[in-house]
Amino acid sequence: MSASLLSLDGLVIDIPGRPAGMALDFPLLPGECWGLLGPNGAGKTTLLHTLAGLRRPRAGQVRLDGDDLHRMPRRRIAQRLGLVFQDHHDGFPSTVLETALIGRHPFLRAWNMENAQDHDLARQALSRMDLGDLAGRQVQTLSGGERQRLALATLLTQDPPLWLLDEPTNHLDLHHQVAVLDLVREEVASGSRGAVMALHDLNLAATYCTHLVLMYPDGGMCWGPTSEIFHVQALERLFRQKLAVIDSPEGPWVRPVPGDRRTLA
Amino acid sequence: MLGAGAVASVLSSVMLGSVNLPARDVASVFFGEGSALARLLVLELRLPRTLAAFATGGLLAVAGALMQVLLRNPLADPYVLGISGGAAVGALLTMISGLGLAWISGSAFAGALLSTLIVFGLAHGTGSWTPTRLLLTGVVVAAGWGAVITFLLAVRPSPELPGMLYWLMGDLAHARGNVLPWLTLIVIVGLALPLGRSLNVLARGPLQAAVLGVSVRRLEWTVYLLAALVTAVAVTTAGTIGFVGLIIPHMLRLVIGNDQRLLLPASALAGGILLTLADTLARTVIAPEQLPVGVITAMLGVPVFLYLLYRSRT
Repeated sequence: MSASLLSLDGLVIDIPGRPAGMALDFPLLPGECWGLLGPNGAGKTTLLHTLAGLRRPRAGQVRLDGDDLHRMPRRRIAQRLGLVFQDHHDGFPSTVLETALIGRHPFLRAWNMENAQDHDLARQALSRMDLGDLAGRQVQTLSGGERQRLALATLLTQDPPLWLLDEPTNHLDLHHQVAVLDLVREEVASGSRGAVMALHDLNLAATYCTHLVLMYPDGGMCWGPTSEIFHVQALERLFRQKLAVIDSPEGPWVRPVPGDRRTLA
Repeated sequence: MLGAGAVASVLSSVMLGSVNLPARDVASVFFGEGSALARLLVLELRLPRTLAAFATGGLLAVAGALMQVLLRNPLADPYVLGISGGAAVGALLTMISGLGLAWISGSAFAGALLSTLIVFGLAHGTGSWTPTRLLLTGVVVAAGWGAVITFLLAVRPSPELPGMLYWLMGDLAHARGNVLPWLTLIVIVGLALPLGRSLNVLARGPLQAAVLGVSVRRLEWTVYLLAALVTAVAVTTAGTIGFVGLIIPHMLRLVIGNDQRLLLPASALAGGILLTLADTLARTVIAPEQLPVGVITAMLGVPVFLYLLYRSRT
């Protein structure tokens, strides 16, 4: 068995004002793509931030190479995992290329300037995200979808083994949603990388994720391989929404039944 | 280009005054010749003041640039946020209590740290520093320090009072000592280069910076201490001069972008040029009377500030 990219040891995420939820206990292995599903406020973003070491857990640990993530220097963490945030704040003017280039930060010493190789990596990342022509543009002038792809390009430039993605398909048109998720799947399937992503689209989650975590608003958790977890009753309870199932050769497809919202059981 | 501008601004400042000296006379003084009057004017009076102006301007611009990264807000400036006022109160208290000159810089630093803590702490509230909270807190704290300075000057009528008004408006006529400001300026620009890329990442928000390997809390404390120190040195040299830290980084950002590795050294040069020219103007406009240089920088800075504030609303 290959070494885990990150392991969750009795991890309980800390959501202020909410009783402690269930402890998460599993390793994230290369070749796995985990999807986090749950209603608004269930803690998907909190879990991703905890996995990135940005928030302390209420209990348990996140371990990287056997060490507690919260005791490790940020620089070492940044060489091993990257996180794409749900929102992007650009306080100061900056170009698209400069924004992608900050992905090299964890790998450069204080006195190093970015060299030609770093610039090449950033440009390749931009063209993989269909942004090659916009390298000189100011970030503030980008559309929401372009800005989201730029955040992914920064992650590609950083190129860590573990990708944490908070709603990576946010703002993206249909083509780019599929393009981004295809890219994640390709990179994960190459065997050396793993990904954890929060998603809202159940069918995309079922299509692209090897594993799922269902996160209930009361702190309940349920996780495992997609084929075992993706059940309509569990999803209906998760989202308090009646779902219709359409069987297809690729597995079950679900769609919400209009007007039939469930009260919380 | 900025380097040439720096030399030109220093030269013009040395040449112009209540008695204008042609460039030839100034040059001859630098080569150890020239008339006694020219030597007195240049070496004893104008050159030290010019060098003090340059260093102070550079320090204020760098302090502004650092605070803007720290707060991720282009409106941050040591004067606007009341940091300069805190440093001035610290320095003034030391002078009034009769402690030695050596204590002045230290207590100015303490004053700058204290008001930085007050402003950043109160404006932080929950979550991030919103521009409104930050500016309101800063402006109120600045007004408070202004009142304290006026009070201290009023209860202690002294023949020096007119001269001490520079704590309120900034005046280089009383600038003393060039070594400390220049040393600070050189050290801070030297530090800016290795810190620069981390600051670039920090400018994109603390969470993004942390994910990219910056130990955010340590860097923020470093920048906070450096900014307070730089402000304190500038204030003890020349009083509370406003808006240099606002105008210069803003203008430079439009021209060279927001790479701190370029922006900080360029701010040091451009801030020096601006204050040298402003001081020359302050000495010559109504010569032989002199204006506090803070009047000139405020006349330039207030419109720039209002423009930035107006634009940040949209």
